[in-house]
Amino acid sequence: MLEKIVIANRGEIALRILRACKELGIKTVATYSVADREQKHVYLADESVCIGPATSIDSYLNIPAVISAAEVTDAVGIHPGYGFLSENADFAERVEQSGFTFVGPKAETIRVMGDKVSAIKVMKKAGILCVPGSDGPLGDDSKQLMKTAKEIGYPIIIKAAGGGGGRGMRVVYSEATLLKSITLTRAEAASSFGNDIVYMEKFLEHPRHIEIQILADEHGNVIYLAERDCSMQRRHQKVIEEAPAPGLSEKTRKKIGELCVKACKTISYRGAGTFEFLYENEEFYFIEMNTRIQVEHPVTEMITGVDIVKEQLRVASGDPLNYKQADIKVRGHAIECRINAEDPETFLPSPGTIEHYHPPGGFGIRVDTHVYQGYKVPPYYDSMIGKLIAHAETRELALSRLSMALSEIVIDGIKTNIPLHQNLVQDTAFAAGGTDIHYLENKLGIK
Amino acid sequence: MDIRKVKKLIELLEESGIAEIEIHEGEESVRISRGGSAPLPQTMVNVPPVDASSSLKTQLSTNENSSSGDYSNEGEVITAPMVGIFYSSPSPDQPPFVNKGQNIKIGDVLCIIEAMKIMNQIEADIDGKLVRILVENGDPVEYGQPLFVIAQS
Repeated sequence: MLEKIVIANRGEIALRILRACKELGIKTVATYSVADREQKHVYLADESVCIGPATSIDSYLNIPAVISAAEVTDAVGIHPGYGFLSENADFAERVEQSGFTFVGPKAETIRVMGDKVSAIKVMKKAGILCVPGSDGPLGDDSKQLMKTAKEIGYPIIIKAAGGGGGRGMRVVYSEATLLKSITLTRAEAASSFGNDIVYMEKFLEHPRHIEIQILADEHGNVIYLAERDCSMQRRHQKVIEEAPAPGLSEKTRKKIGELCVKACKTISYRGAGTFEFLYENEEFYFIEMNTRIQVEHPVTEMITGVDIVKEQLRVASGDPLNYKQADIKVRGHAIECRINAEDPETFLPSPGTIEHYHPPGGFGIRVDTHVYQGYKVPPYYDSMIGKLIAHAETRELALSRLSMALSEIVIDGIKTNIPLHQNLVQDTAFAAGGTDIHYLENKLGIK
Repeated sequence: MDIRKVKKLIELLEESGIAEIEIHEGEESVRISRGGSAPLPQTMVNVPPVDASSSLKTQLSTNENSSSGDYSNEGEVITAPMVGIFYSSPSPDQPPFVNKGQNIKIGDVLCIIEAMKIMNQIEADIDGKLVRILVENGDPVEYGQPLFVIAQS
């Protein structure tokens, strides 16, 4: 087992990783910016190192600072969490070159799966259906571009190869706006991701976002941990996630799960990973793979009983997975609400001091948060301050528990999206299950 | 047990205020006590290989609190611009870059901070007299950790 690791992240995921380390007897080093001194996990860690000023680029995204922190504390590994450097192949490479274990896949895997165009190529080779598209980067020939779009069939979506997480995309409904849209998306991609490569895909009008969680060790074992439905999104950001996906049969789950396992084996995947799909008319279309732990991992943990972060650490230590596929059973239903420090209507961030905090509780309620009464939510980072998860034998009961918990939880002093969540758990379409990825935006009247 | 080890233990006892040391190494053990001292409770002293840097490392997070003291009234506090290991001289066999009491000019190299095998020279950004050196050669330092106090004229 790794003796000591650096937790190269902040907030709720840093605390999550710290808890898993404590259970495994791994010593922890918290790295934090000057704005994050008072985080709960920093107080609880065995050691802590300030790595830079408040801005992410100078601290959490500062590769030499993070690696140097591992050096001065004699850590043996680094867990990157999610976001920040977790899917930065250069970071993973430098970590390993510097003699540390990167908790995640090999740098090359991250590189290949991080580029959306090459990831699609790999998936197709593994026999996974992808959204019909340009099958590669778009060129400059206008005639060719219009031909490709016509073949795919409007509406189409233009995506940046270096993008992800919902950024660098534009929908085109007719040929008239095609060329201009491509030019615009290219320019945005160049400035946001430093790379103007774009590709085209069919735009599905009523798909659901369904993703498969996998775990792979270095002994050839790969398993899938059922699926998650993350269709409740706003501007490509997930708001509510659940597991399993309402209405999906065990047979369908097995089919797509086994395909993902096969794909992992062809790329010698290591660690935790998620295959994201758009599901429409009973077909799964691959969109991207996330080579890291995801925000919504708790819903999978609740229905399978598997501690995914602990498995990540065990895999990184060279141990085989604790579970075989036959051990993975779906039990009950879990739903997660992402709690953000933002105005529930305008969605503008709302940093500040949490004057009063009271967590909910009871059977089947899990709260993953780093906040406490008196904690100051800093303005420099992502606005998510916690996750509220409800688990029960049925989806109806889980929703009812979630509703109860949302009425108990108190976070005063800052604005949060708790009122939005209270609204959503009462929504009849959501309660029926199976709403698509456009549902929330339509409901809120955004476009 | 190696006689040199026993000699070292005797020296250790003489140099310190300890009245008695008892060491167990596998099946062997030795007890050394200072003759005629006041009866003191016997304490088991664990003597691991002396590694100065390991005990300093655990103080990494408290360093910043203890030495930030309040030197601001003595001058400008120069803090570490990066995480790494602090070295007071260009190499182990050379004298330190700066000494206490020395006059410092802008651009003078004060120390080196090693990060990822790169030796970064840290330069003074103000003129003045170096009144305090707050860290020791070989100490790990974090971002923002106070290193020097320079009194400006």
